[in-house]
Amino acid sequence: MTPTIVLPVMIGGLYAAGVYLLLDRSLTRVLLGFVLLGNATNLLLLSTGGPSGLAPILGYSDPEEINDPLPQALILTAIVITFGVSAFVLAIIHRSWRLARNEAVGTDEEDRRVAARRAPDADELDPDDLDPDDRAAGHADSLAGDLDDLADDVDLPAGSGSR
Amino acid sequence: MIEVLAPLPVLLPLLGAAGALLVSGHPTFQRTLSVTVLSAVLAVSVVLLLVADAEGASSVSVGGWPVPLGIVLVVDRLSALMLVVASTVALGVLVFAVGQGAADGSEETPLSIFHPTFLVLVAGVGNAFLAGDLFNLYVGFEILLMASYVLLTLGGTAARIRGGITYVVVSLTSSLVFLAAIGLVYAATGTVNMAQLAVRLGELPEGTQVLLQSMLLIAFGIKAAVFPLSAWLPDSYPTAPAPVTAVFAGLLTKVGVYAIIRTQTLLFPGGALDDVLMWAALATMLIGILGAVAQSDLRRMLSFTLVSHIGYMVFGIALGTAAGLAGAVFYVAHHIAIQTTLFLVAGLVERQGGTTSVNRLGGMARRSPLLAVLFFVPAMNLAGIPPLSGFIGKLGLLQAGVAEGSAAAFTLVAGGVVTSLLTLLAVARVWTRAFWRSPSQAPAEDTAAAAAAAAAATLRPRATGDGAASSDGEASPDGGARTALQEAWRRHTAVATATEPDLPPAAGAVRALRPLPGTMVGATAALVTLTVALTGLAGPLYGLADRAATDLVDRTPYVSSVFGTEEVP
Repeated sequence: MTPTIVLPVMIGGLYAAGVYLLLDRSLTRVLLGFVLLGNATNLLLLSTGGPSGLAPILGYSDPEEINDPLPQALILTAIVITFGVSAFVLAIIHRSWRLARNEAVGTDEEDRRVAARRAPDADELDPDDLDPDDRAAGHADSLAGDLDDLADDVDLPAGSGSR
Repeated sequence: MIEVLAPLPVLLPLLGAAGALLVSGHPTFQRTLSVTVLSAVLAVSVVLLLVADAEGASSVSVGGWPVPLGIVLVVDRLSALMLVVASTVALGVLVFAVGQGAADGSEETPLSIFHPTFLVLVAGVGNAFLAGDLFNLYVGFEILLMASYVLLTLGGTAARIRGGITYVVVSLTSSLVFLAAIGLVYAATGTVNMAQLAVRLGELPEGTQVLLQSMLLIAFGIKAAVFPLSAWLPDSYPTAPAPVTAVFAGLLTKVGVYAIIRTQTLLFPGGALDDVLMWAALATMLIGILGAVAQSDLRRMLSFTLVSHIGYMVFGIALGTAAGLAGAVFYVAHHIAIQTTLFLVAGLVERQGGTTSVNRLGGMARRSPLLAVLFFVPAMNLAGIPPLSGFIGKLGLLQAGVAEGSAAAFTLVAGGVVTSLLTLLAVARVWTRAFWRSPSQAPAEDTAAAAAAAAAATLRPRATGDGAASSDGEASPDGGARTALQEAWRRHTAVATATEPDLPPAAGAVRALRPLPGTMVGATAALVTLTVALTGLAGPLYGLADRAATDLVDRTPYVSSVFGTEEVP
């Protein structure tokens, strides 16, 4: 069997493109990235079946000449799972768009709020007036404040504003 | 008998889910059905545990296919114990959810979807615990993940969608890594049967072994939320409904831990990556608990302690000794029960106090002494106060660490003690603020989640202006489109951050005292009793964990349960 260069190149290219898209904030690109990654993994599974051969059907060909059927069964299962998950992610994207006219991955606001909170000052602690450290908590570094920066920063889908 | 019983923890919930979907028009019947099914699963699991403990590991070839070809379900002490604990807390959470649904109607948690999905989740967890080959483990993971996606985004509110997106994308990535690892394992060995892999993987070159092992550990590490793969968890868990968060916290991460145990003991027993796991465990413990101390939202605090205490289990696994594994197994059982209970209590606190923000709550102990007890006992258990089971589990792990005696192990022991102390600090802060102080001392300052909930009410009328905004965009395509886009984004972030000072203080409305439904309190109390009972039963349970760990280190019980006495092909 001569090793083929096509499959590894395809797998590598799909993985690279998939990871690139997955790192995007726009959910549609994340979904496309996931689909590419799923296909890359399926190809990887296919290539684990060893050298190519005839279709693994009983009575169709010699057992010596057939391809390994197990990876193909695994790929079938994986395709079904990928399909179901893609449908679910599409539904989430739709829902996110309906709710907020936005399909970017959101920020964890509570996390921002906790991070921006001022550290307690020991001098301010007064037993009669409990927990000043909590009361003086800062606001979240509000995203709405620098809206222009944000609109450029967050990669909103092209043309989504002019619908 | 085991041939009949072993598939039932997967089959029963799946069939029950189908039934529950069929009768979704009859809520009472649906509730009865799902509770019955889970009770049956619990009974079967207990029988499986008794059989497995008495007779050792056994396996079932589903469909009667010869062993390396067909799907194998393996019941050994570890998987049976996991099944029992998992189905117990699942049943408790289900009863809690039934109580919540009966009290609230279907607004927050659409019951017709909740029950079937919950049963599918339990089926996936059962399948993952019983799986005897890697691909079936993957399928088990996918079943439970698919169900968890639906449960996490139940109702489809903005906060849940936002948290759900993070969870879904992270889970997808881990699944893909796992699937690629399975492909590579198959390419290297020609099998996915775990018992066969246990023999064949050892014959591979060392570099290949380390590559496969680290891919599997990365995939499972994401699921188990081991640092640095843990950042998704505190982001996505707190937004879900209380029963959902509870069952996720109890079960889903522990399935990942279970898979790590199998990887480290059955598949790659050489301990090649034990050092890496050690440091990951230390970082998980310390960084997780430091996060928990900083939080002012009860559920987020609990999410961070969940991450932190995963570190204890990974520590036990990384030790690689029978004592370490026994400690880890005991700790998994303890932690499933305790973390689920605490999240259920958080749900009750939210009902009673109107919020989970520790800064806003106050006087809960006077208002509801029962609730205070229900929080206090598991919270102290989590921190590891003697004589509760958390103390026993931590003590076992620390002793195993000292017995191992390396410098890394001693560092981990010190880290474990510090983590335990900081856990005590975190839960004590919640106790003194939410429960112990008088309500008048609670300031009006708020968490983002609570503020967003308050803001959503005031912002909702603006949402009807969508049509107008977009038609503006068409009228003046240069600036109008951008304005509409910014308006949409402003609305989104305003709901999420909601820090405008002119928002009406919703304190009066939120603070209204709601009676706690008896079913919910009963289910929580039952689980609290269970966690206390774990202390009383710690002797037999630790003995069982010891025997399970001996089996794990020995490996032959698992392999010979699949292949019998014959030579492994």
